[in-house]
Amino acid sequence: MPAIASKQYSDDVSLLVLLLDTNPLFWSTTSITFSQFLSHVLAFLNAVLGLNQLNQVVVIATGYSSCDYIYDSSLTSNHGNFESNGTGMPAIFGSLLKKLEEFVTKDEELSKEEVSEDRIPSCLLSGSLSMALCYIQRVFRSGHLHPQPRILCLQGSPDGPEQYVAVMNSIFSAQRLMVPIDSCYIGVQNSAFLQQASYITGGVHHTPKQLDGLFQYLTTIFATDLHSRGFVQLPKPIGVDFRASCFCHKKTIDMGYICSVCLSIFCEHHKKCSTCGSVFGQSKLDDASSASDKKRKAPST
Amino acid sequence: MAGGGQVEKRVKYKSSVKDPGTPGFLRIREGMLLFVPNDPKSDSKLKVLTQNIKSQKNTKEGSNKPPWLNLTNKLGKSHIFEFENYPDMHACRDFITKALAICEEEPNKSAVSTSSEQLSIKELELRFKLLRENSELQRLHKQFVESKVLTEDEFWATRKKLLGKDSIRKSKQQVGLKSMMVSGIKPSTDGRTNRVTFNLTPEIIFQIFAEKPAVRQAFINYVPSKMTEKDFWTKYFRAEYLYSTKNTAVAAAEAAEDEELAVFLKPDEILARETRQKIRRVDPTLDMEADQGDDYTHLMDHGIQRDGTMDVVEPQNDQFRRSLLQDLNRHAAVVLEGRSIDVESEDTRIVAEALTRVKQVSKADGETTKDANLERLERMSRLAGMEDLQAPQNFPLAPLSIKDPRDYFESQQGNVLNVPRGAKGLKRNVHEAYGLLKESILEIRATGLSDPLIRPEVSFEVFSSLTRTISTAKNIIGKNPRESILDRLPKSTKDEVLHVSPTFSSVLSDKKLYMY
Repeated sequence: MPAIASKQYSDDVSLLVLLLDTNPLFWSTTSITFSQFLSHVLAFLNAVLGLNQLNQVVVIATGYSSCDYIYDSSLTSNHGNFESNGTGMPAIFGSLLKKLEEFVTKDEELSKEEVSEDRIPSCLLSGSLSMALCYIQRVFRSGHLHPQPRILCLQGSPDGPEQYVAVMNSIFSAQRLMVPIDSCYIGVQNSAFLQQASYITGGVHHTPKQLDGLFQYLTTIFATDLHSRGFVQLPKPIGVDFRASCFCHKKTIDMGYICSVCLSIFCEHHKKCSTCGSVFGQSKLDDASSASDKKRKAPST
Repeated sequence: MAGGGQVEKRVKYKSSVKDPGTPGFLRIREGMLLFVPNDPKSDSKLKVLTQNIKSQKNTKEGSNKPPWLNLTNKLGKSHIFEFENYPDMHACRDFITKALAICEEEPNKSAVSTSSEQLSIKELELRFKLLRENSELQRLHKQFVESKVLTEDEFWATRKKLLGKDSIRKSKQQVGLKSMMVSGIKPSTDGRTNRVTFNLTPEIIFQIFAEKPAVRQAFINYVPSKMTEKDFWTKYFRAEYLYSTKNTAVAAAEAAEDEELAVFLKPDEILARETRQKIRRVDPTLDMEADQGDDYTHLMDHGIQRDGTMDVVEPQNDQFRRSLLQDLNRHAAVVLEGRSIDVESEDTRIVAEALTRVKQVSKADGETTKDANLERLERMSRLAGMEDLQAPQNFPLAPLSIKDPRDYFESQQGNVLNVPRGAKGLKRNVHEAYGLLKESILEIRATGLSDPLIRPEVSFEVFSSLTRTISTAKNIIGKNPRESILDRLPKSTKDEVLHVSPTFSSVLSDKKLYMY
């Protein structure tokens, strides 16, 4: 069988790793319901699997406090006939939904334990990206013949600036592995992380305007395999939001101070870099403010 | 010489080289040369006045030729006398030389006597020059002197300042030194008397004194105590002549005999001392790397001879050798210095003394004090310090401290957004949200995928909007600056386009080309 398998391996065999946003705080505020969203996504997954016999799909759920593998099409347990309840649900996705439900329950538990602070209701993108990359790395090391992997990130939650460094690290690893990260953002604000991810890794980023036509968007743009992208034109965004988040307050900034030793970003002037400990010199802009500081200090001491 | 004032020898007279020669007697007396052939019948009797002899040539003793003496007279005719042996020929030649010298001196003597009138001649010349230049003056002169109103002397007495002004005008402008080398001036050689004549002008004397301080010192020492000026210069030029022959053996021999001559032949001590002092003051911290390729310094004159000849010199005569380069450098230095004295005197001694005074003053100025020397040495050692010989420098080290990355990642705290909800409110919301989510999942599990999955009109809208997005130019700009028009085409199409139009490939692959 290995001989036949090699013949069947053509250029357009792909491994799609789907990062599904299951952040409840986001889904409670959208126009489209999670079930509708899920049906679009599942149909899309079916379509991808139908494009080529050897295509693989892996689904990772990105929750509020955790991430987990939900579905892997290469596992034999999924191929077999599942019990169909007489519903319109394709048997193939029965385990997916089951696992999703379990994951959501677990996630809820974890989020309860976590002390709730004022935090942007973002999903754990950095975690799911890392998991995806680990899986892909395993596929790379599995053998000579493997499908071409890519990551599709379906997200609606806003960016969490505290995850900036981790997300950037993941993006650079993906770039190193030559794994493109496609991103489909269905939220309200613009996601700088996803734009940067697609830009750096050579993937496609799109923000669908009509969420009830999500399936159409998915099949038109995100179903193309990597080989076909050489001659199929895909819509590209006009610009990329390259904003970073500062290291001290974790807020998104586009102008700040950078340590010349370790390149850490700060939004305000510091005497010492908190990452590497190097002492900063007096900046020219601060001459006036430091003089006024001295004046203020004198009466207090 | 045989017979004071007369020489008689047995010779053969040849009118030309091929002529076998008629035997006879040659009688040389003061002012006259007489040849009488043995055979009274032959008509080659010859009488030549020494005044008419232009030059004489003779064959060298050592060659295989017979001893001949060739005299050419002023008309160009040559008379060849074959002697019996070389000593005879030498005796005749010397006698003729002396005779020629004597008759040359006579016209010179007559020239000297006219010198007393020369001053007035000079003045007359000056007067004529003034009259020529100034037409107004000429008119006045004509008016007064020629009409016998004033005499010449009276006329010029009132105009003394004009005469005087002219000479003052001349001396005001300081003429610079000639860059032509004095020692390069060729003397006039006299073939007849075998005499070499040097013309000495004050200018030349000044240059010699400026360039050769040893000669200047010798002049002050010897003249007028030991010898006259004329003798001094004769000796000096004898030394120069010896140099020009490049015969160092002869130079050494003559130096051993004559002490004063030795002064001119030996290398210039005063000059050497001066240059040594200058060398001491030179900063030795120089970059020597540039000098490594040039290795001609071991050769005298860098291998270039003055006349293009190469000569081998014995070591003991080495000090009598002089190099072209030394002369050139010294001359150049003097010319650049300019005229250091203002004395315009005919007297050589005054010039020499003035130069010496000037040199002494400059020497005193240039002498470095002890402090200056110390400072110089210190500076030298600072500049030439070698890093690897210094003591090891221990710079203060600061320990490297990098923050624990876990601190960053674990802190999910962002006191950033002012979330209007309080903590409790958030918890409640989270719980609610999770409930909603779980409901949705259950719903889809129950009902399955929505049917229809997507409405056709929605699908059509999406399609058209996407197509519009792709085809508009706005999407192309800014995405990937490295992409070009060709990259947007499918690979096969791109290849075909490139194949068909190679000239367009450079245009189309231009990075700034966009599709409008």
